[in-house]
Amino acid sequence: MAGLTIDRRGFMAVCLAGSGGLALGFPLFAPGEALAAGTAFRPNAILAIGNDGAITATVPYAEMGQGAMTSIAMLVAEELEVTPGAVRTMLAPGDNRLYAHPVLGEQITGGSASLRGSWGPIRKAAAAARVMLIEAAARQWRVNAGDCALEDGQVVHLPSKRRASFGALALAASTMPVPSDPPVRTSGFRVIGTSAPRVDAAAKVDGSALFGLDVRLPGMVYAAVQACPVIGGKLGSVDAKPALAVSGVTQLVTLSNAVAVVGRHTGAARKGLAMIEPHWEGGSSTLSTADLVSKADAALDRKGATAYAKGDVAKAFAEAAGRFEADYRMPMLAHAAMEPLNCTVEVRDGACEIWVGSQVPGRARIEVAKALGLGEDRVKVNSYLIGGGFGRRLQSEWIVQAAMIARQVKGPVKVVWSREEDTRQDAYRYHNHSRVKVALDAQGHPVAFDHRIVAPPIMLWFLPSLLWKDGVDIDATNAASGPYEFPNLLVDYVRDDPPDGLLVGNWRGVGETRNGFVVETVMDQLAAKAGADPVDYRRRLLPPHSRIRALLDRLAAESRWGSPLPPGTTRGIAIQSGFGSHMGLVAQVRMADGKVRVERMTAVIDCGIAVNPNVVKQQIEGGLLFGLTATLYSNITIRDGRVVESNFHDNPVVRMVNTPKIDVIIIDSKEEPGGVGEPGTSIVAPAIVNAVFAATGKPLHQLPLPPSMVERV
Amino acid sequence: MALCAAALVFAASAAWSTGPGGTAAPVTPLRPVASFEGIRDPAKRSAALFAEAGKVIQSPRCLNCHPAARIPTQGDEMRQHVPLMVATDGNHGPRGLPCATCHGADNAPTFAAGIASVPGNAHWQLAPVEMAWQGLNLPGICAQLKDPRRNGSRSLDQIVTHMKTDHLVGWAWNPGAGRTSAPGTQEGFGALIEAWVKTGAHCPAA
Amino acid sequence: MEDAVKLKVNDKIHEIDAEPDTPLLWVLRDIVGLTGTKFGCGAALCGACTVHVDHEPRRSCVLPVSAVGNANVLTIEGVGATPIGKAVQDAWLQTEVVQCGYCQTGQIMQAVALLTANPAPDDGAIDRAMSGNICRCGTYPRIRAAIHAAAKQGVA
Repeated sequence: MAGLTIDRRGFMAVCLAGSGGLALGFPLFAPGEALAAGTAFRPNAILAIGNDGAITATVPYAEMGQGAMTSIAMLVAEELEVTPGAVRTMLAPGDNRLYAHPVLGEQITGGSASLRGSWGPIRKAAAAARVMLIEAAARQWRVNAGDCALEDGQVVHLPSKRRASFGALALAASTMPVPSDPPVRTSGFRVIGTSAPRVDAAAKVDGSALFGLDVRLPGMVYAAVQACPVIGGKLGSVDAKPALAVSGVTQLVTLSNAVAVVGRHTGAARKGLAMIEPHWEGGSSTLSTADLVSKADAALDRKGATAYAKGDVAKAFAEAAGRFEADYRMPMLAHAAMEPLNCTVEVRDGACEIWVGSQVPGRARIEVAKALGLGEDRVKVNSYLIGGGFGRRLQSEWIVQAAMIARQVKGPVKVVWSREEDTRQDAYRYHNHSRVKVALDAQGHPVAFDHRIVAPPIMLWFLPSLLWKDGVDIDATNAASGPYEFPNLLVDYVRDDPPDGLLVGNWRGVGETRNGFVVETVMDQLAAKAGADPVDYRRRLLPPHSRIRALLDRLAAESRWGSPLPPGTTRGIAIQSGFGSHMGLVAQVRMADGKVRVERMTAVIDCGIAVNPNVVKQQIEGGLLFGLTATLYSNITIRDGRVVESNFHDNPVVRMVNTPKIDVIIIDSKEEPGGVGEPGTSIVAPAIVNAVFAATGKPLHQLPLPPSMVERV
Repeated sequence: MALCAAALVFAASAAWSTGPGGTAAPVTPLRPVASFEGIRDPAKRSAALFAEAGKVIQSPRCLNCHPAARIPTQGDEMRQHVPLMVATDGNHGPRGLPCATCHGADNAPTFAAGIASVPGNAHWQLAPVEMAWQGLNLPGICAQLKDPRRNGSRSLDQIVTHMKTDHLVGWAWNPGAGRTSAPGTQEGFGALIEAWVKTGAHCPAA
Repeated sequence: MEDAVKLKVNDKIHEIDAEPDTPLLWVLRDIVGLTGTKFGCGAALCGACTVHVDHEPRRSCVLPVSAVGNANVLTIEGVGATPIGKAVQDAWLQTEVVQCGYCQTGQIMQAVALLTANPAPDDGAIDRAMSGNICRCGTYPRIRAAIHAAAKQGVA
């Protein structure tokens, strides 16, 4: 079992780089309770300083481009007076007990919550290390700890200029008392707030960065897999011979609903898979997108569970001078990350080792243990970089699939999904419908807002303890009335389950994406009805002196809202509060021959302290373009029980040639950092659709834009 | 029980043109030259021969690379090339992104369930701008073919040789998995063009 | 080893045991062991697998290894040794292009091909040569800026 034993000591020895040193383990949910490690290793070390002076921070989150490694290195560097580049980062293995997110309660990278989870605990861990290093030096030198400070990776006694390196002090520091609440820097930041270079950039530019797809192990074989293309169907029979006739193919493996071909390299495995003709059985073979849309439409007529209620909506409608009503429809979406799903697994001697990039590695460990009938401690999940997550890797069914294949294969096997499989077996963003009714006063201002949300119960399955309450999906109903203050409000939630066998899940921007589109396009229609400017109309509904109102004014100024535009060109605005941040976007659109061309996007974000303004800008730029793809193109459809789209030719994405000019403005703030990964995505559709509305005068109540309005490139 | 034999390469690849579960259309035959002998009037016979050859000329296999704009089209529905491809100055793609970036000397199978193969030929290129066929009707194409200023300074005999023997023209009958072949054969097509020239190279009426 | 062929990658010869129709991508990644070249779509639609074959860009996911012949395959692992490759990689770092980073090796190989053919491309020329490469993190504006920055180095 050597090599497959779950040996945390061995794992920690790597990051301690020696036999002794300081390792601080902070369960992230209890930041005040630091655990000192003497010469004994601590498996849950978040921060370790080796006796060679190496500072290693364990990143409990997935790195999928959002900059988790960089921001954690920066938080540590801030307290230890080193450069972020001096902090080595390593991705934590899957372990829900050791690496749980303080709010989400599990090792989950999602909801734009990584930095918000590490902001307190990581700085406390580093601050404790600082206090203990200084204390160790002061005792050695018999001086007052208050006269010592950190400089360039050393402890310095300021009066005497005497110095000692972190490495020389690490062992002694580990025996010092652990401060229960060490002070962290709250102002005068040296690292926080700078655009420090990303710590992962160099390896991603020279090709040495290791994503899950890049795992190489001795004796490894490769598998190509196809699951039943009919939703909910099973594998009937398959003739293995044509696959086994392909040079390099070694084996054909069957699962209840899938078939995999194993070979000496992925090319052989893929060719072998292309040669077989599996017979599939059962499933919803007559299902079509139209069926799902009708079902969600029918749900709009049912009363749902109340998510929010304020005032007397019925009375307000009875007394209203006017009313507005609209039904909204949003399609099924795929994630289409650049790295197709892949997972390497070895099952041997009653244990299982996994090499994968997952947004939920702790949960994946539990699910695989269950599927294989093993104890959780017999499953180890090694974490790798992720080539785009966007919520797809919050599911683990593909990791379980790889483990079920690996169980039948000798040695480690890397299971690689084709792009077609990645598109057709996604955990889709499901159909979302909304019905909005607004009661208006004589001036056309809303007196009551009634929003019925039809959505699948994602949170019932994903995070029920936190985000499912009294029959309401708290994510789906989040931000259902935008940042506005309505005197009378009703939000109700109608659960709309997807058909059996169709996997649905989280998608970048989650609830805000569906609701931001609805609420913000309603706002522009109400403004038009009232004959008001969209910015003015919104402003009077926002709490005075609020961050979102300040943001709206800043956005209007930055976008030169109201200034003349060339003929055929219009602007559209949207704002939102979500993920602990506030965000606004003005999209500038040119309409020619009925086609929409998005020319420019001006974004303003208030995300509190921008730990790394460059990373914030990256996330907003990227979020906007991710949302632009969905606004222009994305629409996963089902025909005869199968997903129709398969690759980038029929599930197109924005490319460089249709990328608009983007400006991102970050508002200076001293508030706690907010999330930045998702706000950019959720704000795009309403801003563009409002710009199109301004051009055509015809409101659009569904996504994506009608194909007749969109040029394919 | 729904039996769905997923012939990965063929059935699924048809999504490109006909949607999942569809199958590639069988090759449409071309009428042989002899079948036109009943048309007494040589000019009418000539025009009829060209009209028959036009089934090939106006097939997506040929039209896709004879676009009206300098952007090729793809598939039987002749949608704009994905990813964006612009001929720019030459006929071989923009600088830094030649056709050969994706199109090799032969059709390349993908061994995948989406696009079954990427088409290829050693001379893969866009037809020159003056040979644009999309947007023209068959008489217009006929006039272009006969016009040395717009046909690459070819004589009619050279046109015949080109149509009969050119390897890139021949690709239309060997377009790779997942793609509908041009009607008939290159031999049959060449014979129709040859007969058309011999009968005076008359164009069909507009 | 009846399938064995010789393959020159980054000026080094490898003995390859694979069928002639095996896409170069898998030979590079799984047999030679150079994993910087990525798999994105398998159908020349995304550019993640871009390498150079005798100085010309090629999508290795649809290039049969037999088609390479005696040519030299240049991959991301070798491109930094060329002046343009070095300039492009430096510009990528200066411009802070990368997010998830998965597509970036293909983007860099495509950008090097562009600058080799066109040392001073304008925005339109960049868009035309780079729109075959997909990035889902949305780094396009920075890629464009980095290509301009590398062009200004004038090494091409």
